[in-house]
Amino acid sequence: MTTAVDTKKLTMVQAVTDGMRVMMKEQENVIVLGEDVGQNGGVFRATDGLVAEFGDKRVIDTPLAESGIIGTSIGLAMNGFKPIAEMQFLGFIYPAFNQIMTHASRIRARTLGAFTVPMVIRAPFGAGVRAPEIHSDSVEALFTGMPGMKVVVPSNPYDAKGMLISAIEDPDPVLFLEPMRCYRSTKMDVPDGKYNVPLGKAARLQEGDDVTVFAYGAMIDVVMKAAKTAEGKGIKCDVIDLRSLYPLDKDMIAESVQKTGRAVIVHEAPGTGGLGETIMSLINDTSFLYMKAPIERVTGFDTPVPMFALEDHYLPSAERVVQAIEKVTQF
Amino acid sequence: MEKLFPKLQIIDENGEWNDETYRGEITEELTKELYTKMLRSRLFDRKGVNLQRQGRIGTYVPFEGQEASQIGSAMAMGEGDWMFPTYRDHAATMTFGHSLKTLFLYWKGRQEGCIPPEGKNIFPPAVPIASQLLHATGAAWAEKLKGTDRASIVYFGDGATSEGDFHEGLNFASVFNAPVIFFNQNNGFAISVPIEKQMKSKTIAQKAVAYEMEGVRLDGNDVFAVYFHTRTAVERARKGEGPTLIEAVTWRYGAHTTADDPSKYRNQEESTSRRETTDPILRLERFMKNENMWDEKWALDLQESLTSEIEAAVKEMEEAPAPHYNDVFDHVFAENPWPIESQKKAYAHSRGDR
Repeated sequence: MTTAVDTKKLTMVQAVTDGMRVMMKEQENVIVLGEDVGQNGGVFRATDGLVAEFGDKRVIDTPLAESGIIGTSIGLAMNGFKPIAEMQFLGFIYPAFNQIMTHASRIRARTLGAFTVPMVIRAPFGAGVRAPEIHSDSVEALFTGMPGMKVVVPSNPYDAKGMLISAIEDPDPVLFLEPMRCYRSTKMDVPDGKYNVPLGKAARLQEGDDVTVFAYGAMIDVVMKAAKTAEGKGIKCDVIDLRSLYPLDKDMIAESVQKTGRAVIVHEAPGTGGLGETIMSLINDTSFLYMKAPIERVTGFDTPVPMFALEDHYLPSAERVVQAIEKVTQF
Repeated sequence: MEKLFPKLQIIDENGEWNDETYRGEITEELTKELYTKMLRSRLFDRKGVNLQRQGRIGTYVPFEGQEASQIGSAMAMGEGDWMFPTYRDHAATMTFGHSLKTLFLYWKGRQEGCIPPEGKNIFPPAVPIASQLLHATGAAWAEKLKGTDRASIVYFGDGATSEGDFHEGLNFASVFNAPVIFFNQNNGFAISVPIEKQMKSKTIAQKAVAYEMEGVRLDGNDVFAVYFHTRTAVERARKGEGPTLIEAVTWRYGAHTTADDPSKYRNQEESTSRRETTDPILRLERFMKNENMWDEKWALDLQESLTSEIEAAVKEMEEAPAPHYNDVFDHVFAENPWPIESQKKAYAHSRGDR
């Protein structure tokens, strides 16, 4: 039996807004704070309409200080609130790194659970939108390597809303990364009201037996294109949207590569120290004897994201992914 | 605090004298030079906005309305001094010697846009907020250690005063008596956030008190006030008398960037009406008319020659050869370590380029 659920066609950025709205309606202690999130509705309009609906005591334009936003959010979170702190761009999170690394991520551990930080840090990230310098960084691995932080990345409007709701309900700090390239790239039916997409779970976007392709965020579009090209060449890809970068969905990763015996990992963050390395060790731990070919990675380079005249060279392309798919299948 | 830090002015909105201390130095030559530089930057800025609208460059950050602040202060700096701009300070950097072509290249997403002209100490625009105050302090400190009389000037907005780096920059400069000019352009808004939400302080200049340094508040739309008071601060810095925090009260007419819509957060009609009242270029024109320095033909010819200079720079920018992807790899270190070298080779291979 199915229950009819009303849906709306939303972009990812609208779905993010809707996720916050649902939780703010349900829980008085959920508040939104950051630079330009009130009157302006956020530089990407992610908080559009929230100040009108919930007032400026719950949707707060803060002074321009990332460390201040995160530091005070930690205090608010430890004292009964559930702050959703917006970083205007992930590339501007660095002043707050100290607060996240030395406090948000470890207060539970330091106090054996006496104090906790149930907060969400939202941050648009990634290249490919011709943004000015520094706005395009993809530094998720700085945070997946930070004990005590959960890091998640939706790739579509449905997941964005459901995962954001789960992040707000999570008892620990969650870094919720929003790929700028996906903000308005597509509209999707998104249910009204509350629903959860659980954290820690990947999603299989396409079933295939020949090679597993792992990606997340804005790279999903790229790998789906590549998978289609590969299919034209007779190669069937199992495409996995990781969604949760910490913790990774170990079961789905292992199950898929044990079926295909081949893996291509795609992310726009630099190769060295990137998520690809963690996934490779996970495959090594769970599935070494199933593998039929060395794992290929298609990643950003060990360089700063170049200014936009060169960013298309930096970003993994469908062509590079297809080449990697062919390499592992022809091994 | 507003009484302790009055908004210094030399010429008022109507182009009338308010303070005649520098009357002897305000010659027709200086006035025309300042007018020329201000008009040049305004025409450049409008071109930037238009180029963005036509899709010929990326996001552009306009500064129209802030010309007097940027040009008056940049004019007060000398050969060999250091300049640390933000992304909104092209009027300052072009006055200090940056080429228009380079400035356009920056907004076209070209790394070359970060390279200063030979011999000019101009840092690339700081994109994060307030981080550059510490660099300016460090560079000035270096000059002091080297025993020169060179100084640094660093630009930042009202929002930047909320960042930790603002306070760290002022404190370091104060402790080490570094020859830095902290030049704040208070245009009243940090993107959408008005200054009343940014701080309870009535002035920005008063923040100098906490660091035991000179604080000056001035009319940032009066190019003479900016020029002469900044010059005084620079002279003090050169003599080893330490840093100064200058608050130039100004206004940006337009959006934060071409990606921003200011009508979401303020009354743009009110902003436009300031063009008739507090505009820095109009004020200078009024002054020149009052002082019989204005010549209609001179002004028209000037507009024409500046327009052709800017058009020529646009042409140069558009004709610049496309960058090679090797630029992504080859400048991260002095020599490419193996991971970058192997990524570079793999990328060339993936394109069939070898």
